[in-house]
Amino acid sequence: MTQQNAQLSPETILAEFNKNDVTHVVTLPDSETNWLYLLMDADPTIAIIPVSREGQAMPTAAGLTVGGKKPVILIQNTGMMESGDSIRGWGLGLNTPVVLVIGYRGWTRHGGNRPSDVANFTEPFLFTLGIKYFLVENDEDSTRISMAFEEAASTNRPVAVLIADEYHGFNR
Amino acid sequence: MINTADMLRIFQEYRGDSIVVPGRGSRHWSTISTIPNRDIPLGDPAMGGHASFALGLALAQPGRKIVLFDSEGDVLMSLGALVTIADKQPSNFYHFVMDNECYATTGGQPVPNAKNIDYALIAKGAGYPFTHAFDDLEDLAGNLEAILQERGPVFVSMKVHPEIENEPIHRREKWQTRTVLEVIQDVKQEMGVISS
Repeated sequence: MTQQNAQLSPETILAEFNKNDVTHVVTLPDSETNWLYLLMDADPTIAIIPVSREGQAMPTAAGLTVGGKKPVILIQNTGMMESGDSIRGWGLGLNTPVVLVIGYRGWTRHGGNRPSDVANFTEPFLFTLGIKYFLVENDEDSTRISMAFEEAASTNRPVAVLIADEYHGFNR
Repeated sequence: MINTADMLRIFQEYRGDSIVVPGRGSRHWSTISTIPNRDIPLGDPAMGGHASFALGLALAQPGRKIVLFDSEGDVLMSLGALVTIADKQPSNFYHFVMDNECYATTGGQPVPNAKNIDYALIAKGAGYPFTHAFDDLEDLAGNLEAILQERGPVFVSMKVHPEIENEPIHRREKWQTRTVLEVIQDVKQEMGVISS
């Protein structure tokens, strides 16, 4: 299996959140983001809103946005697919300018997943909804996160960042 | 059983300057509210999301009362939202649920276990500090002012008459006077989130 050498650090993600004035992170933890969760939890400028089903995340973010705050949604690609109608209705339907940071479970760079693996459906799912996405594999890609925030703000639409670092200890 | 329009007329007396998310009560509320720019009738963006939307709004605007008129069908679809609301404890959030025991907009089919669910008890178990249940309008009217003075999140379950619709959606009378995006624009201006 071919893997990357460079890594994506949770500190880099948090720095991007801070640089873009994120106020809230609406999240359902996944196996890749625990260290990021701990960092966010310790950051006094960011409030965590824990959900128990990913479909709750987009309407929560929509409410925060209407109220003048700047949330991000932090969920896994499995949960993104579970919340499809919610993303459609509360995200696209309400012109919600929010960045979804999506853990790209199953990303292997070279393909080779089994037919049912969620990675196979992640990008087609976003394409179907017409949601633009940026792939972030390592720290050098991190400026794409700011690009996603700019895209969301300028288009008044949800924009996705796919975090493709499943094999490099993002979880520490 | 409570008549929804009558209930909303009584609520209007105590509404003050709160922001109201009328949810499934929007059709009636649109003719009752006297400050529509503080209302957020969104139709049905995706069922089950109103409570989460109102939570987000309550957290973003902690200095304003946020009042939601939810439905039991929506609550059942996102029961987990109750524990998120309880976790964040928004003191300005008033969560009213209209329980008509059925999916009225699809022809009146009963929700699962329709007649035996205690929504106030579920909310209490989820962690709402104050919960109430009413099936009589006079009883509700006598308590409403005090309820709206409680520290949120407050949960109020109300048994309401079903108003069953069997007409295909495109044939139903439209009550909306603004698009959803106009509604959002108006309330953002009203709250000072954007300038007018």
